[in-house]
Amino acid sequence: MLLNQFLLLSAILFSIGVYGVIVRKNGVLVLMAIELILNAVNINLIVFSTYWGASGQVFALFTIAIAAAEVGVGLAIVLLIYRNKRSIDIDELDELKG
Amino acid sequence: MWFFTHVWIIPALMATSFLLILFFGKRMPKKGAEIGIVFVGAAFVLSLLTAGNWIAWSNDNPKPTGSVEAAEASALSNVDSSCSKVAAELAEKGDEADHSTKGSESKSEEGALAASTDASMPLGESAAPVSAGASGAGVASGAAGAEKGEIETPTRPVVTCATWFQNGSNSISIGTLVDGQSVLLLVVVTLIALLVHVFSTDYVGGDRRYTHYFAFLSLFTGSMLFFVLAENTLQMIVGWELVGVCSFALIGHWWEEKPNSDAALKAFLTNRVGDVGLLVGVIILYFGANQSFSIMDINILSNEGGIGHSTLLISSLCLITAVMSKSGQFILHTWLPDAMAGPTPVSALIHAATMVVAGIYMIARLYPVFFEGLSIAGSSVNALSMVGAVTALFGALLAFVQKDIKKVLAYSTVSQLGFMVTALGVGAWTAALFHLFTHALFKACLFLGAGSLSHAAHHSFNMVDDMGGMRHPLKRTYWTYLIATGALAGIFPLSGFWSKDEILAGTGSFPGTEGANGTYHLMLVMLLLAAFCTAAYMTRTIWYAFYGEYRGHGTPHEGGPRITVPLIILASLGAIAGLANLPKAFDFLPEGARIRFEYYVEPIGLYFPSISHADFNLPLAIVSVAFGLAGIGLVYAFYFRNAFAGLHGLAERNKVAAFFKNILVNKYYFDWLYTTVIVGFVKGPLARATNWVNQNIIDGVVNLIGKGAVGAGGWVYENVDQKVVDGAVNGAGMVAGETGSALRMTQTGRIQQYAALFFAAVAILAAVFVVVIG
Repeated sequence: MLLNQFLLLSAILFSIGVYGVIVRKNGVLVLMAIELILNAVNINLIVFSTYWGASGQVFALFTIAIAAAEVGVGLAIVLLIYRNKRSIDIDELDELKG
Repeated sequence: MWFFTHVWIIPALMATSFLLILFFGKRMPKKGAEIGIVFVGAAFVLSLLTAGNWIAWSNDNPKPTGSVEAAEASALSNVDSSCSKVAAELAEKGDEADHSTKGSESKSEEGALAASTDASMPLGESAAPVSAGASGAGVASGAAGAEKGEIETPTRPVVTCATWFQNGSNSISIGTLVDGQSVLLLVVVTLIALLVHVFSTDYVGGDRRYTHYFAFLSLFTGSMLFFVLAENTLQMIVGWELVGVCSFALIGHWWEEKPNSDAALKAFLTNRVGDVGLLVGVIILYFGANQSFSIMDINILSNEGGIGHSTLLISSLCLITAVMSKSGQFILHTWLPDAMAGPTPVSALIHAATMVVAGIYMIARLYPVFFEGLSIAGSSVNALSMVGAVTALFGALLAFVQKDIKKVLAYSTVSQLGFMVTALGVGAWTAALFHLFTHALFKACLFLGAGSLSHAAHHSFNMVDDMGGMRHPLKRTYWTYLIATGALAGIFPLSGFWSKDEILAGTGSFPGTEGANGTYHLMLVMLLLAAFCTAAYMTRTIWYAFYGEYRGHGTPHEGGPRITVPLIILASLGAIAGLANLPKAFDFLPEGARIRFEYYVEPIGLYFPSISHADFNLPLAIVSVAFGLAGIGLVYAFYFRNAFAGLHGLAERNKVAAFFKNILVNKYYFDWLYTTVIVGFVKGPLARATNWVNQNIIDGVVNLIGKGAVGAGGWVYENVDQKVVDGAVNGAGMVAGETGSALRMTQTGRIQQYAALFFAAVAILAAVFVVVIG
């Protein structure tokens, strides 16, 4: 019962995150949306770990650490994009167009 | 026992010293020389301790109580069973036999060791002939012992080993073999290396590659010790090549001058010729001894008839080739005089006292192979003694026409090595090793003396033009040189007299020396002539270097104590070393003072042939000294007293004399033979013939094949390549292109579109997953 609610919360968070990633134009907001996705996963891991042992928590800690690194790199990329283009609208980043 | 199983520390010390000097030498206050001296000093002390332990160990050898055969077998119980299966098997059998004869007497440590060896160890087909041979030889040596009225106590060699590398089920071991012979060489090598290190600090002081010089001295000492302690033939090859490399590096120490680097190359390449023989000989012995490199296995099997006679003959001939190159025997001796291009202490250490005796040591180590293979006992001529005797005589003759004092000594070394090889060839094993020992001492002294002379004469070695009258300013050098010359010439009672006399007696040719292994008349004659020449050319050297007027420039001065002290030590040792092996016939001396060298160095047991010893013979000793004195006397009269005035300048006036002198000056034309005839033939006619064959026959065939190939290729190009292959390739390309332009539509470059596609795909996959699994 409690599990259901948590999974629902996680699913909602995940969906919001996916929406953010797909729709937002602002690079920083896309990064934030990715954080939402990651945290939705974290909630899943922790909830399941209360039922099947502590290894899920360990994974959650890993995810947090790696997410921090990812944000560091991601923000640096965004900053460089801003310096080059004076904008962080990711719609303008279509140089890889085929 | 601890010293025998841990003797590997000695070469390891020198290897460490090499690395330390190489990496840190330049930063040390004395540029690395102190590291070398400390380590070689430690190695010398350890060697002396090992020698002391060996003497105690030999004195403790248990007297055989039961049968000789069983005692000889159980003496092998200190041989590690993992390196010599044959020895371990024999030791176990011997112990059982010993046990049964002794009854339930309590066993010592060796018994326990032997019992721990694996009883179920497969020995292969060799087991039967070996044990049969063993019992046969046991009976034979028992009979020999009975004949002499005493049973000889077998030597107990100590062999330790570890696995070096493993290839499938074949494991190659690395280890140490300690017996009298290796202990002797340990002491000789470290002693001379230590003195040479000390001498070098002064002699090459301020050299631009001072640190490297000491690094290589250390490496050389380590490699030589590694070679000496080798437990198997493979390890011997490694040591053999390592000393060769060090010799190359040190001969070419002053490589900026072309002749020096040429000499280094010549030494290296000449040695390669002999190395082929070594390699082939070792491989033959490996298969002969049931796929074993172990020296113990090879020796026991060849001694007891486990290896066929023809196998032994062929492998010993191959090994003689190796000895010819490494120990400067005729006809591969030409590198040794050229090797004098290296610094003088190096000549003393490597090209006189230690490395060049590696060949002698190798024969002595694998002596059963030569003894059985060449049928040394009972014959009157064989390849080994012939090579040695020819070298001894012809090398000595060459020394007469040299102007360079070091070249005189080099040819003298060639000649003395010939003495040792002859001794081994006639079965006088102990005499050879004894001569090796005494020769190392006095020849090192002579070389260092030559170094001291050249130090005074502004780095010239030309005794005819740049020296003379050196006896007053260089008193210490003069006296030490004189003593060492006396030893080399075999003057009583200096060491060379005793060892040379043993060799001459060992030929068994002189009346009264019938106790030797054979009767080698030719060898005795050639060696006596060589001894005569030796005394003569050494007197000539002394005349040119020390008497007359000084012909160089400047005023010569004696070197410092670091130059003279090694000289004094070596000269005094060279004078008294002969007392180490006083003849057995001197029965006015106590038992413990006679043939000590033979007692401690010569092995008795299954891994060594039972050789007989010719005893001291007074008439022969008088004859040999008379030959020496005659040589000295004639040259003395010729130079010092100016007698035979008509002979002076004979070569300028007489065509016959000029002809012979020319032959000697040109070193019997061996260099001419090698460079002009052999190399010239290979470069000239042979190369042209090869070229013709290449141009006309091989190229013709190649061209024909080429034309055919071009024709066939044209057809294939038009029909297969253009139509079939290109069609397929173009078709594939077109398909890929079309697919690409279709897919290109999706490649918008917009990340969010990619993300949307990605999530959609994942969602679809998840749905499929749920439907299928769920």
